Parts: sequence; structure tokens; C-alpha cells
Amino acid sequence: MTQPAALCPNCGAPILFRWSSSVQTTCPHCQSILIRTDVNLERVGVVSDLPPDSSPIQIGTSGVYENHTFTVAGRIIYDYADGSWNEWHIVLNTGASAWLSDAQSQYAVTLAVEAEPLPALASVHLGDRFTWNKIALAVTAITTARYRGVEGELPFEYWDKHEATFVDLRSAGGDFATLDYGDAEPVLYLGKAVEFEALRLKNLRAFEGWS
Amino acid sequence: MTAPQVQSLTCPGCGAPLTVRSMGRAVTIVCGHCHSILDAKDPQLRILQRFEAATGDETPLIPLGTRGKWRGAAYEAIGFQRREIEVDGLTYSWREYLLFSPYKGFRYFTEYNGHWNDASVVTALPELQDGSPKYLGKKYKHFQTSLAKTTFVLGEFPWVIKVDDDIAVADYVSPPYVLSSETVGEETTWTLGEYVQGPEIWRAFGLPGIAPAPVGVYENQPSGLRVSAAQTWFTFLGLFTAFFLIFTFQQMFAQREEVFREAYRYSQSGAEASFVTPDFNLKGRTTSVEVHTDADVSNQWIYLNYALINEDTGQAYDFAREVSYYTGVDSDGAWHEGSQHDDVTLPSIPPGRYYLRIEPESDPNLGLISYTVAVTRDVPVLGLYLAALALLLLPALFISWRAHNFEQMRWAESDHPMKSIRVGSDE
Repeated sequence: MTQPAALCPNCGAPILFRWSSSVQTTCPHCQSILIRTDVNLERVGVVSDLPPDSSPIQIGTSGVYENHTFTVAGRIIYDYADGSWNEWHIVLNTGASAWLSDAQSQYAVTLAVEAEPLPALASVHLGDRFTWNKIALAVTAITTARYRGVEGELPFEYWDKHEATFVDLRSAGGDFATLDYGDAEPVLYLGKAVEFEALRLKNLRAFEGWS
Repeated sequence: MTAPQVQSLTCPGCGAPLTVRSMGRAVTIVCGHCHSILDAKDPQLRILQRFEAATGDETPLIPLGTRGKWRGAAYEAIGFQRREIEVDGLTYSWREYLLFSPYKGFRYFTEYNGHWNDASVVTALPELQDGSPKYLGKKYKHFQTSLAKTTFVLGEFPWVIKVDDDIAVADYVSPPYVLSSETVGEETTWTLGEYVQGPEIWRAFGLPGIAPAPVGVYENQPSGLRVSAAQTWFTFLGLFTAFFLIFTFQQMFAQREEVFREAYRYSQSGAEASFVTPDFNLKGRTTSVEVHTDADVSNQWIYLNYALINEDTGQAYDFAREVSYYTGVDSDGAWHEGSQHDDVTLPSIPPGRYYLRIEPESDPNLGLISYTVAVTRDVPVLGLYLAALALLLLPALFISWRAHNFEQMRWAESDHPMKSIRVGSDE
């Protein structure tokens, strides 16, 4: 899946893409944020130091979701009132792009889906019920988060954001959804809450003192 | 296992060293020396609250920093809190231990009076139906709703924790599980707990000594009965039906063949005390045999010593019957007692040629008594079935009683105590 190398316009290090459709990546050497254009890579910024992190997942971790293997290609880190969480950008063996969120070790995998109409943020309250793709969900959390940093490959440009509000929904059957109000138009991500074991993750980060 | 990895900080309240174990996930850290509750998200560790407690006021049974292997993963105890509720003016307190794995995250052990639960935040959303939640296909019964507050806290937590804050807690049970909701403001968190034995925790975490013995019955404690009362009654019903069918079958196909009938007279003056009847033939297979006695006793009695004797083998079946009948009139009116008829069934007699030896006795002053003896083979035996059913009923009744007792003790502590009389539980 690794694509032919390009060179970092800032430091000249080779940049490898795990996913052919990646729009943005970071240089593992100089932490430059690079945007892929038709012809080359454009440096748009630099990643500030990432916060001390406790997620066992890292770029290159692989796993299984609903009988499809996936590889972790990048992530976005968010801060909110009670801590931080990671949205890991994963690439399924179908070529689809999805998100594996790790919020205090509560894991969920979601994919962007087309659904109409999505509610305006102001009209959403805890406990509200919505049905999309025939899945009945209830709002369980409304979180305003600060963009904290990025790493690796992302399916869109994401580097000069500040604040976004997320609405989390869950179903009785373990379905999980997030409404992302970070842009002008909300985006719905739909998937499942998953147990750590069920993801069958490999190439996890090693924690000193923990085997 | 290697030594726990810790990050060292200093309490801004008293300067004591702080230990941070959850790798950047802590939101609240508590100083064990001055009981300052600190904001772990703040680089200066701002003091959020300070609570009053004597040092050593509360000693966690699982010391913070203890590691063990639980459900296949390594966990470390990183937080401890004592919480309490007030019901009818009485305070009940329990303890919660927060466990952390860098891979699997957080889980809690809760302990009340030696009863332990292993609890985790649920991933699916429980559905409320008529106020009772259904979670992953299982229905839970409401046990108790109360306001819980933290009264003592140590270590670190991935959420903001404060002493004396009220949190609405509701417990719903389906032993060995308990589904709990905690509501702060508009946000409700559901956790699922499973009843676990203290010694299992002691083994997994290598704790010294032995787990304190549980006291009483806890809300989601399994009864320990290997079968439920419903299962026992189901089995009973199955056997009852089988017995009923066999009995009906016997009733339909029993031959009720009379093989002997003879009339006799008894008088004390009669020469011989005992006599034998002519032979009769019991054909076919081994069957029951009924011996019927009719006697024209009236304010009299006759006692008959019987022996059914196989002519070929000499095998004798001895039994005795009394036939007595009394009537009279007293202040309550007419009365009678006893009967002029008697039946006795010998359950399984092999085929062959038989005769009866009869030895009648009575009061010599009562005069002449006429009586008839009849022998019928292959009659249905109801008594055996009744006896067997009674025996079958015993375990079903016993288990129902035990289960009922246990449920009564369980629900006595709830918002919905059972209304019937308490049996066998002493408090």
C-alpha cells in the first residue's frame, strides 16, 4: 500500500504515503505539515509539540473492523474540558477511509456517511433521538473541543482549525455516531462502539513497565 | 512484572510528592497527605478542593499502585474513593477502586460489606422500557435510586471528582449483573457491574491476608443455587405429566381381573383359628393384586391376618387388615366411624398358582360376622404415584423456599422490599 516516496520540501526527507488518497501528511523528521498537490508537496505549517499521550495506538498499528483489516495512517488530537482524545485516521483494506476514536480507552470506529437532513447544532440536546440508515440513536454527549495537533496522513486538509463541537450518539445495539460541527455543514460519522480486544490490534505502542 | 512507571510531581498544598500513574489521563489527582484535590490538567496543579480527613481514616484494601492480571490484562489500582448514600436516615457507605490498563483503559472494583463487583462503562445504550432498562437483550429490575456522595478520595481519576458533591445513582439488577446510571446535570453514564468473589481479587492482585467475608445478601449477588426455582418447577411439571400419562395408560389397560371370591362366616366357636382358600391362578405378567374385604360389621370389628402364598415356591406375602364400623347418636347428632369395606393392593406379584391363608380375629362377645374376600389382579395403583409425586415435590418446594428467602433478603435493602412475611432471615 506504501506509495513511491516524495521528498519533504522543508528538510528533504523521503515522505511515504500509506494511502494513495491522503491529502495531508506530516514529515516524520521536521514535523512540517505537508499538503499534497497535483505535482508536489506544499509545506503549510509545522506541528506544535504533541501533548504527552497515553493512547496505545500509533501510526502503523493494524487491526480488524467488521472483517476488514485496517492500518492507522494518521490522527487528529482534540482537547476538551475533561482531557484529550485521539481520532485515528484508519484505512480499510477496501480502500475506504475511517476513524478510530480512542477517548479514555473507549473505542469506536466510524465512517463518514451521507445522511439528510442533519440537525442544526443549536437544536440538538442530550437524549434527542435520530434515525439514520435505519439505526435509532440517542445523543449521549455534546463536546466542544479544541484542535490540539495532527500527525501523519489525513483524507482532508486539517491544520489551521481552532474549535469544533461534536455530538456523540449511541444505540441500544452498540452503534456509535458523531456529528462533526467543525465546518459550515455538519458531517455524520456512523459506525460501532468496539471493545479493545475485538479490534485485534497489532504493532501497538509499548509502554515501559507494562507488557 | 517490572516496577510501575510513575511520573513525579509535588503537591502545591503541602509539598508532598505526588505519584501519577495513568499516563496523562488523570483529570483529578488527590494528595494523600493534605487531602488536596488537584486539577491534573493544570500545569500548576491548581487546588480544586481540600477535604477533612484524618490520615489513615480509610485504608484501601487494594493499595494504590498494586498491579494484577484481571480478565487477561494487567491492571494497576490508581484511585480509591469512599461513597455513601442515606436511606431512611441510615448511612450506607461503599468503596470504589479505579483500575487502569494503558491498553484497555479503566474499570472499577466496588466493595460493600465484603461484596465485590467488577464494573466498566457500557458501550451500548440501555433502553428504558417502563422505567426498567434493557441492555444487550437482558431486562434489569430497578433496585434503588439515591443520591451518592464521595466522602473520601485518594489517587487519580480521569474525571473531575469532588468530595460531598451529590450524584444521582440508580441501580438495576439482573444477578450476577448490576446496571448503574450516574447522572450529573443532564449527562448520564451507565456502568455494568458483575458480582465477583473477594478471593478471586485477592489471588489476581496478590493481596495479603484473606478477603473479608461478605455480610448479608447483596443486590446482584447470585443465589448460589445451581438451578432456579423455575427450572425445578419445569422439571417437576415434566415428570408430573409423564407420571400422569403412565397412570392414565395403566388405567386404560389395567385388566382388573377377579380371580377369586368367597364368602365366609366368623364365629368364636368355630373350630380352627386359621384356614386356607382354594387355589387361584394369577396369569400373565407380574402385576398388582388387590385383596378386597367386605364384612357386615356393625358396631363390631374383625381383624384379618392374611398371607398370599405362592403354591409352587412357597413365597408368602403377609399383611393384616382390620374392618370395623361403628354408628351411634350423641349430643352432636348421628355419627359413624370406619367402613364395612377394605381394599389393599400388593404392588407387584409374579404370576403363578396362589392361595390365601386367612386368620380372622374378633371379640368373642360380638357374635357372628359374615365376610367376603375377593382377589383381583392388575389394578392401577394410585398410591405409588402419589408417593412418587410427593417425593418429586420436595426438591421443588425446598428450592423455591430457598430462592424465595434469598430474594427476600436481596430486596429487603432495595426501594422495593418484598411484602410477604420474612422467613428464615434474621437481621
